[in-house]
Amino acid sequence: MSGRRAARRLVPAVLALALTGCGSGGAAPAADGAPTGTVTVFAAASLTGVFTELGDQLAAEYEGLAVQFTFAGSATLATQVLQGAPADVFASADPAQMDRVADAGLPQGSPGVFAGNVLEIAVPAGNPGDVGGLADLADPDRTIALCAPQVPCGAAAERLFAAAGLTAAPDTLEEDVRAALTKAQLGEVDAALVYATDIRAAGGDVEGIAVPGAADVVNEYPICALAAAPNPAGAAAFVDLVRSADGRQALAAAGFRTP
Amino acid sequence: MTLSAHVVVQRGSLAVDVDLAVGDGEVLAVLGPNGAGKSTVLRVLAGLLTPDGGRVALDGDTVWDDDATHLPAHRRSLGMVFQDHLLFPHLTVCDNVAFGLRTRGARRAPARAAAAAWLDRVGLEGLGDRRPGELSGGQAQRAALARALVGDPRVLLLDEPLSALDARTRLTVRAELHRHLAEYAGSAVLVTHDPVDAMALAGRVVVVEDGRVVQAGTPAEVARRPRTDYVARLVGLVLLPGTGHGTTVQLDGGGTVAVGEEAAGPVFVAIRPASVSLYLQRPAGSPRNVWPLRLAAATPHGSVVRCDLAGEVPLTADVTTTSFAELALAPGASVWASVKAADVAVYAR
Amino acid sequence: MSHRSGPKSRFWPLGRGDGGVPVPLLVPAVLAVGFLVLPLVGLVVRAPWRELWPALASPGVGTALRLSLVSATAATAVSLVLGVPLAWVLARSRVRGRPLLRALVTVPLVLPPVVGGVALFLVLGRQGLVGQWLFETFGLTIPFTTTAVVIAETFVALPFLVISVEGALRAADARFEDAAATLGADRWTTFRRVTLPLVAPGVAAGAVLCWARALGEFGATITFAGNFPGTTQTMPLAVYLALQSDPEAAIALSLVLLAVSLATLVLLRGNWLGRAGVTP
Repeated sequence: MSGRRAARRLVPAVLALALTGCGSGGAAPAADGAPTGTVTVFAAASLTGVFTELGDQLAAEYEGLAVQFTFAGSATLATQVLQGAPADVFASADPAQMDRVADAGLPQGSPGVFAGNVLEIAVPAGNPGDVGGLADLADPDRTIALCAPQVPCGAAAERLFAAAGLTAAPDTLEEDVRAALTKAQLGEVDAALVYATDIRAAGGDVEGIAVPGAADVVNEYPICALAAAPNPAGAAAFVDLVRSADGRQALAAAGFRTP
Repeated sequence: MTLSAHVVVQRGSLAVDVDLAVGDGEVLAVLGPNGAGKSTVLRVLAGLLTPDGGRVALDGDTVWDDDATHLPAHRRSLGMVFQDHLLFPHLTVCDNVAFGLRTRGARRAPARAAAAAWLDRVGLEGLGDRRPGELSGGQAQRAALARALVGDPRVLLLDEPLSALDARTRLTVRAELHRHLAEYAGSAVLVTHDPVDAMALAGRVVVVEDGRVVQAGTPAEVARRPRTDYVARLVGLVLLPGTGHGTTVQLDGGGTVAVGEEAAGPVFVAIRPASVSLYLQRPAGSPRNVWPLRLAAATPHGSVVRCDLAGEVPLTADVTTTSFAELALAPGASVWASVKAADVAVYAR
Repeated sequence: MSHRSGPKSRFWPLGRGDGGVPVPLLVPAVLAVGFLVLPLVGLVVRAPWRELWPALASPGVGTALRLSLVSATAATAVSLVLGVPLAWVLARSRVRGRPLLRALVTVPLVLPPVVGGVALFLVLGRQGLVGQWLFETFGLTIPFTTTAVVIAETFVALPFLVISVEGALRAADARFEDAAATLGADRWTTFRRVTLPLVAPGVAAGAVLCWARALGEFGATITFAGNFPGTTQTMPLAVYLALQSDPEAAIALSLVLLAVSLATLVLLRGNWLGRAGVTP
């Protein structure tokens, strides 16, 4: 049964590679051969939960295939890929970081967006700062954490405030979204502007407050297999799973927008 | 101003239990081998080491006893000179000497003036601006003496003050130290392992071995009538314990020695190596003290050769280099040794 | 190799005469220098020299640099005030449990700085053991302030000072302190007038190490103090964030930090540490 399912997944993957014209270099596995060995995935930190789940799913489908993850900030991962890290797949939370990799000609085919994330306000459990909406994040008397504008969630926050015609009053500009969330979890800030997925992953430590207009500044997540992948068959299988109906379902369950 | 102390300290395997008393203007030498506990006693007197028992009194005031009185070092009126001077390297010589005055509340200018005056007294005029590292060993020890004496302490403690100096410097500094000690009105305790220091500087000597006082007296008494092998060796005598029977002493180690005066009961026999004569043949006539011995070792010692002799009566003989050459002795050779009964000292144990 | 030894020794004064370095020491030493210096060379070679000046002239850089220097210096000052007495206690006192105390003091060395930052939150944060009381009693919050930067840097850098000074105290001849006691100096006077001057080179070396560590501090600072230009954004934070979007600017900023710290250390060594070499 698993063999039949494997074959069903494999065919579209091969087709996809062939259609995008990136089949050169022998990346496609033999039509009758299932991917084996280890596939190494470099993924943005916000994908930790959902990708781990999908990795387990893939390993269960193909006997002899193991999926290994490196979760970190997209910029860090992009730099590592550019420096020749032996990755099979790169999934970025920031199109700009994917562009750095693409400009160097490293992806196998053109990267595609597989998910989107929207901002939400995270407040400590019980909402001690009595935060009601985005306007309260422009209040200098409250302690507010935003992401630094250099990282994707910070750039999205800037766009969100601009669209709302507000001037943010942050006390700290965090180096990544997890750091911003941590400050809300510890109760050290009254509110942090983070991704909806992060709030869902944090469980009961924080409460989420939806922001009107957040859907207009969706942060896009592109993914690609890498041309120099040590395990091209495994890379193709993982990318395909992420973009499959199963993958979309898992992403949606974690709070991501899916195309 | 009198120092009196009973010091009890247990340090590892060494049990120190020493009684000391020093009067005004008196210099007491504590003489003993390394590790005998004499520096330990001095540190207890200074307050740098807490004893396990006993009592320390300065000028009749108890500064330490078993019960309640534990006066720390900095509140005792004393000066101390250490073996390697321990002048503070970051201060000038003058500031080193003025240090004790400043800690006791003197203002800078008068303290410096007093320090300069003391530097003059110890022959270091004009060197006050130098750093200790720029002084010779003898100069540094003079400065250390000035530093200890400048506050006019009731007690002066000297811990091997001359032993870090080379032989020639030691001679001159010893002479100067003698002069300063003679002028000093308080009580002085000198710890040394060099009998010459003790004889030259002290009015009274206490010999400490293994934490105990084994002999006390004036330097002359100690030198003439040593009571332990250690002291005997220091003062250059051979010490033989025995039992007196009239003018003969039966030695504990075997053999007899004829002595010049009557003796009875347990006695010490002391023989100066210079009074021992050596012969290849048994000497003619009938000297009463003549023993066939064996040459164990021969060491040149100035104009004489010191011969260690083994046999029934172990002796040391000093013979002139010329005589030694005439005897043509090799280690292990048999030799006759004789000493006149009148040259043998005998005293009660 | 051997045929090159002639000219080599001519151009390589380390290999000659009385100042010579034995080969078993020379080779690893040269490797160590290469290991430490080559990454810096990489930064210099890859630096975008043409864009360097505009990058440096931007007002944010000056602000971050000034904040870095001020907070590292303040952290060093706090470390001196607290660390030298602690080192004395570890080296000289007969307080019980000193081995445990020493182990605790070195904990910040092995703790990942980010964890250190979280730990500081748990004590000094708004919800922290002490911070909550400060907040509720005085309305005082420490996180996200320059004070928090100094605290985070002190937490990470203080052990370097304590260990240096304790080592210097242990190496110093304690009999000088005995001599001072016989001259009427109590323990505090002895510490001030004898012990401290004797270990001054060790204190200076420790302070420099402490300052350098504080200047480069990143993890604890960004966690506990956050990142806000002018208040808490020090150079390492600015470098890290620049790295997220503009790696070339990050290299330029790193070079500034390097140049400033190198200049400071060289100046200090020349004028202060070198002179303080007291020999008993």
